[in-house]
Amino acid sequence: MPLNLKPNLSEPGKRYFRAFTPGDDFYEALIDTHRDLSDEQSAMVNAKLILLLSNHIGDIAVLREAMQIAREGV
Amino acid sequence: MLSTYQYPKYEYVAPPEQTGGPVKRYPVVVVGAGPVGLAAAIELAQSGVPVVVLDDDDTVSVGSRGVCYAKRALEVLDRIGVGDDCVAKGVSWNVGRTFFREEEVYNFNLLPQPDHKRPGMINLQQYYLEEYEIRRARELPNVDLRFRSKVVSVQPEGRGAALQVETPDGIYQIETDWLIVADGARSSVRHMLGLEIDGKIFMDRFLIADVVMKADFPAERWFWFDPPFHPGQSVLLHRQADNVFRIDFQLGWQADPEEEKKPEKVIPRIKAMLGDDREFELEWVSVYTFQCRRMQQFRHGRVLFVGDAAHQVSPFGARGANSGIQDTDNLCWKLKLVIDGKAPESLLDTYSDERVFAADENILNSTRSTDFITPKSKTSLTFRNAVLALASEHAFARALVNSGRLSVPAYLTESTLNTPDSTAFAGDMVPGAPMDDAPIRVDGVNDWLLDHVGQRFMALAYVADPAAVDPARMAIFKSLANAPVPVEVVLVSPRGGSAELPVFEDYAGRFAERFDARPGTLYLIRPDQHVAARWREFDADRLRAAVARATCNA
Ligand SMILES: Cc1cc2nc3c(=O)[nH]c(=O)nc-3n(C[C@H](O)[C@H](O)[C@H](O)COP(=O)(O)OP(=O)(O)OC[C@H]3O[C@@H](n4cnc5c(N)ncnc54)[C@H](O)[C@@H]3O)c2cc1C
Repeated sequence: MPLNLKPNLSEPGKRYFRAFTPGDDFYEALIDTHRDLSDEQSAMVNAKLILLLSNHIGDIAVLREAMQIAREGV
Repeated sequence: MLSTYQYPKYEYVAPPEQTGGPVKRYPVVVVGAGPVGLAAAIELAQSGVPVVVLDDDDTVSVGSRGVCYAKRALEVLDRIGVGDDCVAKGVSWNVGRTFFREEEVYNFNLLPQPDHKRPGMINLQQYYLEEYEIRRARELPNVDLRFRSKVVSVQPEGRGAALQVETPDGIYQIETDWLIVADGARSSVRHMLGLEIDGKIFMDRFLIADVVMKADFPAERWFWFDPPFHPGQSVLLHRQADNVFRIDFQLGWQADPEEEKKPEKVIPRIKAMLGDDREFELEWVSVYTFQCRRMQQFRHGRVLFVGDAAHQVSPFGARGANSGIQDTDNLCWKLKLVIDGKAPESLLDTYSDERVFAADENILNSTRSTDFITPKSKTSLTFRNAVLALASEHAFARALVNSGRLSVPAYLTESTLNTPDSTAFAGDMVPGAPMDDAPIRVDGVNDWLLDHVGQRFMALAYVADPAAVDPARMAIFKSLANAPVPVEVVLVSPRGGSAELPVFEDYAGRFAERFDARPGTLYLIRPDQHVAARWREFDADRLRAAVARATCNA
């Protein structure tokens, strides 16, 4: 399966009435994860997060595609 | 003074109390003639409850405040008779565009579905809204609107409250069975009663400028993150009535508000944005900070808090006046039933519960927008800019761009007034949902569903053919109008035709589609146009039980 670039977030058991809600739920959780951390600590958290999620995704072809898009324009 | 608007002046008239008569007692007193207090007064008066409104000022809202009024608020304003005025004067819009630096990265349409009477939003200066509401209130003989009447003390007592009111003639006293507090964010009544309001202040400042100019910008909301003309900050542009454009510049917490308000500071900012050649006139400038907070409960015995007095949100999302107007939508029918002895006072606790639920949703959404727009840490800023960088190419990132989630009504799914579904329905019109609109034909005239429901309990019975409804069933339907809490039954049908009950012809099929209606389907609708219950088959006992539940009479 190629990298999914369409909105794809949801939480099991949750009913959404507004299209923006699942993305906002996620984003808030992401920012909260970094609350009260120094920049260095945050960088460490981000690195761990990428490793955890990469393992969960598993498909290295998908990961390569994501890595490439992430580098574009930086 | 503004060049495009002349503030009306409402004369003070000495009330009967001040000519030495005995202290009078009223069924309902509203403190505050802002957009929310006025909406409450009109709605109650229209339902037959006389109302006294006390306001310390003698004109409408001064300067640039509320701009955007959302579809749901417009539907409520329609019911109180000012929707057409607002829409005629205002600038209707549905599309919002978001720019990051120089590039458009995202746009949204507030009204993705066709066939709704009202647009997603209108932009209208708050003083117009208040002026129209005051005009409407003055048409109603049972609204007693008292200007230059400042409430200086409130003494709650078992069955109501006693107030002292200061006017140019001195202080007088009145009593009321019910007090609606709509005296705004700095609510003096809240202070007088020693009640708390909790939340947080955002450490940021915004400059707002109203600018008069001839410009053919489309009627859209434009939002910039980090634009070249105002680096590192955000800017928001709205077109209002009379060619007045409202521009919000984020300034940061360090900015000096007095300094920033000076025309020699403001004009270069605007020129940087609009270019040197565009002629404009600066009409209003102010600098504001904001907070998100709410009271624990909106009901305190016979004192009921609405609007900014009860809750405040950041302006991203235009959820202030919009949600206040929805407070009154929720409150007024309940208060009317309680005053008429048709429901217990506990029904008013559900006003607090439902509107606290909605306030939390508003605060959540506007806080999230604020956190996205004004990131609080370097990491947060990096994530924000990463989302914006991905957004022009990738749909998933566009969904994360948050330049304000604009005011939409809450689905009151947790309300104890709902009767849970017993069968499956598709779509979003669940118990507690604010009804979707739909085009209908009534007596041969094309019209809108939301203009024909509300202000009373109604049952919408979907039938294949209005002429073919069983007479015994018809008799039961009609008898519901004489119940202690009357329910008006209307037949909704894909075909017109006459019957002994009103018929809504669903000529475009939108009702069937949006409400997942089939022959036999019946919706019980609250007076505030929220779904209370629904079934696939009519059953009089279940309907009565649902009405009892929706009015705390169960
Ligand atoms: C910059 C800015 C932008 C905004 N944009 C939007 C927007 O786009 N959309 C939106 O929906 N909302 C917006 N808002 C919020 C909106 O202005 C408020 O939510 C709205 O005015 C609240 O209405 P209210 O009737 O509850 O209170 P108010 O409008 O504050 O009215 C309170 C009234 O009570 C009177 N009063 C106060 N104390 C007493 C007393 N003791 N006795 C008698 N009378 C008294 C006051 O004179 C006033 O008339 C914005 C606000 C700001 C500041």
